[in-house]
Amino acid sequence: MATFPLPLADLLGHWGSYVVYAVIGIAFGMTLESAGFGNSKLLAAQFYFKDMRVFKVMFTAIIVAMTLVFLSSALGLLDYNLIWVPPTYLWPGIVGGLIMGVGFIIGGFCPGTSLVGMATGKIDAFAFVAGVLFGIYMFGETVSSFATFFDSSNMGRFTLPELFNTSYGLVVVSIVVVALMLFVVAEKVEAMINNRPQQRLPGWSKPAAGALVALAGVALIIGQPSSEDRWQRIAAESQARLDARAVQISSAEFIEYRDDSKIKIIPVDVREERYFNQFHVRGAVHVPLDQVQEKAREFQFEPANTVFVTMSNDEAAATEAWKILKAESIPNIYILEGGINGWLKDYAGNSLGEDDRVLNRQEDQLAYKFNAATGSRHPAAEPAPDFLNLKYEPKIILELKRAPTSGGCG
Amino acid sequence: MSQTSRAKPYLNPYLAGTLLGIVLFLAFFITGSGLGASGGLNRLLVYVQNEVNPEHIDQVAYLLKMAGGNANPLDSWIVFLTVGTIFGGLISGLLGRRMKFETNKGPQISNGSRWVLAFIGGALMGYGARLARGCTSGQALSGGAVLSVGSWAFMFAVFAGAYALAYFFRKAWN
Repeated sequence: MATFPLPLADLLGHWGSYVVYAVIGIAFGMTLESAGFGNSKLLAAQFYFKDMRVFKVMFTAIIVAMTLVFLSSALGLLDYNLIWVPPTYLWPGIVGGLIMGVGFIIGGFCPGTSLVGMATGKIDAFAFVAGVLFGIYMFGETVSSFATFFDSSNMGRFTLPELFNTSYGLVVVSIVVVALMLFVVAEKVEAMINNRPQQRLPGWSKPAAGALVALAGVALIIGQPSSEDRWQRIAAESQARLDARAVQISSAEFIEYRDDSKIKIIPVDVREERYFNQFHVRGAVHVPLDQVQEKAREFQFEPANTVFVTMSNDEAAATEAWKILKAESIPNIYILEGGINGWLKDYAGNSLGEDDRVLNRQEDQLAYKFNAATGSRHPAAEPAPDFLNLKYEPKIILELKRAPTSGGCG
Repeated sequence: MSQTSRAKPYLNPYLAGTLLGIVLFLAFFITGSGLGASGGLNRLLVYVQNEVNPEHIDQVAYLLKMAGGNANPLDSWIVFLTVGTIFGGLISGLLGRRMKFETNKGPQISNGSRWVLAFIGGALMGYGARLARGCTSGQALSGGAVLSVGSWAFMFAVFAGAYALAYFFRKAWN
């Protein structure tokens, strides 16, 4: 299992983990200030092609960070699934971006740079920060009048390689190469606008650019880990838990958590559609086995108090689904012990008799015949809690969620 | 540039960008989250609002998420990142001897006009950042580096908005 990102709250405690963020913030502020981003005139010069510092700094930072993130993911050091990728809300993002662009040329800062401007005594930065706070305040007051738009075009965690249906490595290499070419153009444009010869670049810039392309190339050649690779990394530990039956929870434990208002339980039914239509547990989400991996990305956005329980007729398909979700770093996943067949045996005793049994059934087939698609309307779909006097061995242990649930703007 | 003669020059932009990229990478590598700024300002503001007028918080769903009931709006990593950013700027300004009370602007406008424009621009930035669910740091920089489609669309929109109006505000800067 990739070790990074670190479960900071586990290691340092809730408030202790914030020290790490404060240190990162200091490093962030220092680089912004030494880049000249505390000076609004220098920032605005970008938009008159006089000094393309904003573009150069920003894109250098993006290609360096991007290459290192995907290289360390390819090497198995970093789990990309646990990295916060801002969810795409396409149109609110574009409209907000346009408004911010206008704010940029009028105000001369963006929120991050205005902080370091303020820290170094720029009076215009103080006025700008006051404006930002006023703008944020106005947003809070008005957002309810366009809540539908604010939540529209939500595409979730959606990345460029998914958009172009290509590999992460190829996108990384392409962005690095295009950015480097644009830097060459930027140098020429600056020289032309300022009517001066092109500035000499420092001696290290070409080797550094070459090294970055090489690192991106390595990330491309190794490739991002597949679901199978990810499983192999955790196989030893996880298979042991499966074999020890540490993650197969009884239906009684499932029902107890279902009725606990502090826990959000998501039953994940991975059976074929016909079985799902015949009978499923109330509230179950139908995710056929071949779609589980895709669905995992949605599950990442569920709150930290979510418990996932995979279920199939017996346990075979549910166990496969468990492995896939586990490999995709979904926390708190369990398997319904005995599957739907065990469930029906426990809770449908009154309505399903021996006559309804399927004889000579195969592994992971439904053990009972249903004459109609009862779905979750069947009385056994939601057994009352007092139905239960079954004793069970508690197995669910809530893990603290490692994946961040908010980005820098939460 | 109006700086004292002792002030050290700013870093070469490619060097500064590389350092910023390494900081951003380490933020992702260690914590799983990128960088940001507007989120921290947002929470500081909500904290003040909650102190001044807690009933109002309870009427606005958007604010309720951060400060409703016992929720402390300052109990978030982004607040610490933001406070750190201000201190980092201060340290770097002191080391580079660039600390100076001044107003950066073009020669054709007064300090007063510059301050009014800065406030208006800031207000648009703050409003847009909440609408876009992130600012230049949180969306464009951090989301861009981890290849979010929305972040790239946002980034192009920011540059488009600024370039589109640059001509009309040339007197403020040139």
